[in-house]
Parts: sequence; structure tokens; C-alpha cells
Amino acid sequence: MVQVESLTKCYGRQMAVDDVSFTVATGDVVGLLGPNGAGKSTILRILSAYLPATSGTVRIAGLDVATQSEAVRRRIGYMPENNPLHPEMRVREYLKFRGRLKGLGIAESRRRVDQVTEECGLTDVSHRIIGTLSKGYRQRVGLADALVHSPDLIILDEPTIGLDPHQIRSVRAMIQSLGQSRTVLLSSHILSEVEATCRRVLILYEGRVVAADTAENLRRRVSGGTVVAEIAAPLETLRDCWTACPGVERVDLAAVDGGYVRCRFEATAGQDLRAEVFQTVVRHGWALRS
Amino acid sequence: MGTDAASGVGLREPPWAWPRRVQPFMTLLRRELSAYFLSLTGYVVMAAVLFLLGLSFVQMLTGYNGEALEAPLTEVFYSTMFFWLILLVSAPVITMRLFALERSTGTFETLMTTPISEGAVVLAKFTAALTFYLVMWLPLLVCLGIVSLYTPEGSPFEWRTVASTFLGITLLGAFYVALGCLASAFTRSQVLAAMVALALGLTFFMLSFLRGPLGEAQGLWGVVANHISLLTHMEDFVRGVVDTRWVVFYVGLAAWVLFLTVKVVESRRWR
Repeated sequence: MVQVESLTKCYGRQMAVDDVSFTVATGDVVGLLGPNGAGKSTILRILSAYLPATSGTVRIAGLDVATQSEAVRRRIGYMPENNPLHPEMRVREYLKFRGRLKGLGIAESRRRVDQVTEECGLTDVSHRIIGTLSKGYRQRVGLADALVHSPDLIILDEPTIGLDPHQIRSVRAMIQSLGQSRTVLLSSHILSEVEATCRRVLILYEGRVVAADTAENLRRRVSGGTVVAEIAAPLETLRDCWTACPGVERVDLAAVDGGYVRCRFEATAGQDLRAEVFQTVVRHGWALRS
Repeated sequence: MGTDAASGVGLREPPWAWPRRVQPFMTLLRRELSAYFLSLTGYVVMAAVLFLLGLSFVQMLTGYNGEALEAPLTEVFYSTMFFWLILLVSAPVITMRLFALERSTGTFETLMTTPISEGAVVLAKFTAALTFYLVMWLPLLVCLGIVSLYTPEGSPFEWRTVASTFLGITLLGAFYVALGCLASAFTRSQVLAAMVALALGLTFFMLSFLRGPLGEAQGLWGVVANHISLLTHMEDFVRGVVDTRWVVFYVGLAAWVLFLTVKVVESRRWR
């Protein structure tokens, strides 16, 4: 659905996005995770054809975002950060306006507005003025707007920012149900949110992708991947012993005081080394601390 | 629910529909026009213009009081100078929100990520503002009608001069509204947009006065000073003289300013 190749974006001399490449498969739910200023919003803006890239190519459903921008915009539903709306309009009126703007016919827009109002739980407030709605409802209006023209790809920039915990839960549930049938790309700076809603995660830092994997694998890599132990044994013996061990990807050894050696093990993906390390130490009768 | 509704009998598309490229433009135009009537600004502007027109109406009446005037009614109205006051002040106020408000609330981003081109956005906003501007001028017709109703035979109310006056109002309005669009596209502050539009508008208005010192001069400067005098162009229109040179002049200027506006709106792409 989305192919991004060596995407770079500079604002003047400042590099906001630096040689980013990734793909999103049809039907996937992908989260961009990173601290503020990591380039998440910039990437999403380029994907939604609001900003052009400095270099690199972005293809959505096989269409180039730079040259076939209007066709691309027909296929995506984009909700920007802070979800800007027209506060003086009524919910239904706004959604119909947006549907017509995105090229729906009169009857079709009426039908789609009925559908998304129900889908997003807006039936009770469909005749209220947007400016009088709570933030949670406004977020739903934004989501309904992104969905109204039945896009292939939905892009959500920080969809839960500024909401209270209860509203966050309901918006997350909506995103999860969207992910059943559509391709969703969202950004967030909260790990638990991305974990709860996304199947795949891209971690961005200073404009670069530093990790891309499923949420589960990333968690394993972060929590169980590295083991540090101090073992009282000759350094050479330890090195021979651990390099032969299958679960160990890499090991750093450094002699410390009292004859101990500080060992830092990195496991191959998905392995938990703690028991293995303990068993080996016991088998050789070495002393172990920390 | 969705599939049932889709096959429902009453929900077929109507036989007529806007062509695909025109539909976003018409949709945006409708929304922009309704925004004037949903917001306080629209009514404040209309009330202020109505007040000024009322003042000019009083002046017209006193002008006619007792003595017969040779000049057509529209020229009497023009001589009150309220035309310029209304034009110079209302155009910036009408146009200030067009882009600046969308920029400051962020809806500009949601607008530009729909399948609509920059040109269509600018044209829709301009058309909406110009339409509102013309609606605002309609009470003038009533004023002129009332005066002619109470003047005896040989009524100075003549539809041709009224038509040419409204043509002048439209043409100068198009130019000033376009200037307002340009000013609004530059900034996210409505106040700043109005100030810049007013300054630009005043500058062009003041250029008319170059005709005083330079108008008699021979050569290029004399010609230029005569050609850019908005005051004299409008004087022709209220007298019932439609000079196609001035029509082309204003249509061209408005188109050129709108073109610049499109470029400013596009500028986020290369800035």
C-alpha cells in the first residue's frame, strides 16, 4: 500500500527526515513511534501530499505522491495533529461538506455520512455545533472525516493527544476496529499506545528509522535481550565458552576487581539468556555476582 | 446497514451533478459563502455598509432638495465619496479571514489534503468574497430607487447608468477583493491581513492623485498617471461610460493578483 524510498526532507538547513525507507502492506496497522521532533508529522504530511519531499519517492497504492497528488489524495483519509475542524459548523453539515469536497455525489455523501456517523458513535450529536462538543467527540468527528470517502489508507497524526484516559481508550478501540478492514498508519510518542493499536512499529529518532519490527519483537528486544553478569573465571575460558553457545549473538567481556569478569550478553532475537547463563555457571562451578 | 442503504430506492444519484473537477470548487464556494452568514463578521460588515449607504442617501437627498440637477443620480452618489470609503474598508474586512483563519486554526491542512487544486481553492474563496461584496452593495439600488420615486418627471434614474455603475463597483471590487485574498494568503493573523490589504488598497487609490501633478505632463509619465487613476475610471462608470480599456484593466489586474495568491498558497511546497 505504501512504499517509501530514501525519503529526505529539509527545512532550510535543518534535516527533519533523513533517508527514511519503509513499506506498509495492505491491511496492516503501522505505528510511527518517536519523541517530539523526530520527524513523524513531517513524514505523514509528505505521505498525505501536503508537503513535498526534498528527495526520495513515496508511492501510495502504486501512485506517486509528488506527480499524481490528486489521485493519491482521493485514496487517503488524513487527520492532522490537533485535529483542526470548523467550529461554527454542525457535525453532519461538516461531514457532508468534507464528503462533497472529496468528490462524493449528493446521495452517496448522504449515505456515507450516515455510515460514518454510526461507525464513530456520533449519532447523538450529529446536529450539534462542533464548537460545543467535548474533545473526545471532536476527535471522533475528525476520524469520521478521515473515513467519509472510504479511503484505502488512513493516516492519523497523534490521534489521542490531549484526551483523557477514558476518551483515549475509546479512540484506541475505534482505531483497532478500523484496522480490521483498512490500512492504518498512525503516529504517537507513547509506546503503550502503539503497542495497543498497531501490529508493526517504526521507531524514529532524529529523522531516521532506528528500528522496525512487530510490537512483540521490539518489546522482547528491549526487555529480555541483554543480560549482564559478573563471573569469576579466566577471561579466555569465558570467551571460548560463550562464543560456542548458540543463543548468544554477541558478548562483551571486561575484567573487573577481585578476579571477576563483567560479561554483557546479547541474545539472538527472541531468546531469553538468563537461565542459560545460570546453568552454565553452575556446571563449571564458577562464582557469580550481580 | 450500509449495503441496504446503498441499494435503497430513494438514494439514487440525481440525474444532474457537477462535473468531477468542478464539484470541489462548488462545494468550497458554498461553504465559504455560508461562512459569511454564519459568522458575526458578515452581519457587522453589512450593517456598517448599510449605515454608510444611509449617510450617502441623506446627502443625495439634500443635494436634490429644491433644485434640479443635471447629473445622473449615480454621479451624485459618487460625489459623496462614500463609495471609496466602503470599497477601501470593506474589502479587507471581507477577505481577511479567507486564508489567515484557516492557517491559524489548522484547517488549511485538512483542506489542502483533499483532492482540490490550489487554483480552485483560491478561485472559490475569491468568488465567495466577491459575491458577498456584491450582496453588500444591493441596498444602494434601493436608495437610488427611492430617490427616483420621489423626483418628478424627467427622473434622473436611468437603468443604463445604474448598470454601468454596478459594473464599476464589481470591477473595482474584484481588484480589491483579490488584493485582500493575496494579503490573507501571506499570514496567519487576520488583523495583519486586513492591515496589509488596507495599505495595498490605499496605495492604489492614492496613485490616482498622481494625475494632479503629472496628468498634464507629456511623455510616458503623463500616460501612466492617466491610466492608473482609479478615481477617473470610476467617474466614467458612474456617468454611464463603459470604456473597455478599463474593463480589461481591472479584470487583468484581478487575475494577476489572484495568480500571485495561488503562488503564495503553493509556496509551502518550495519554502
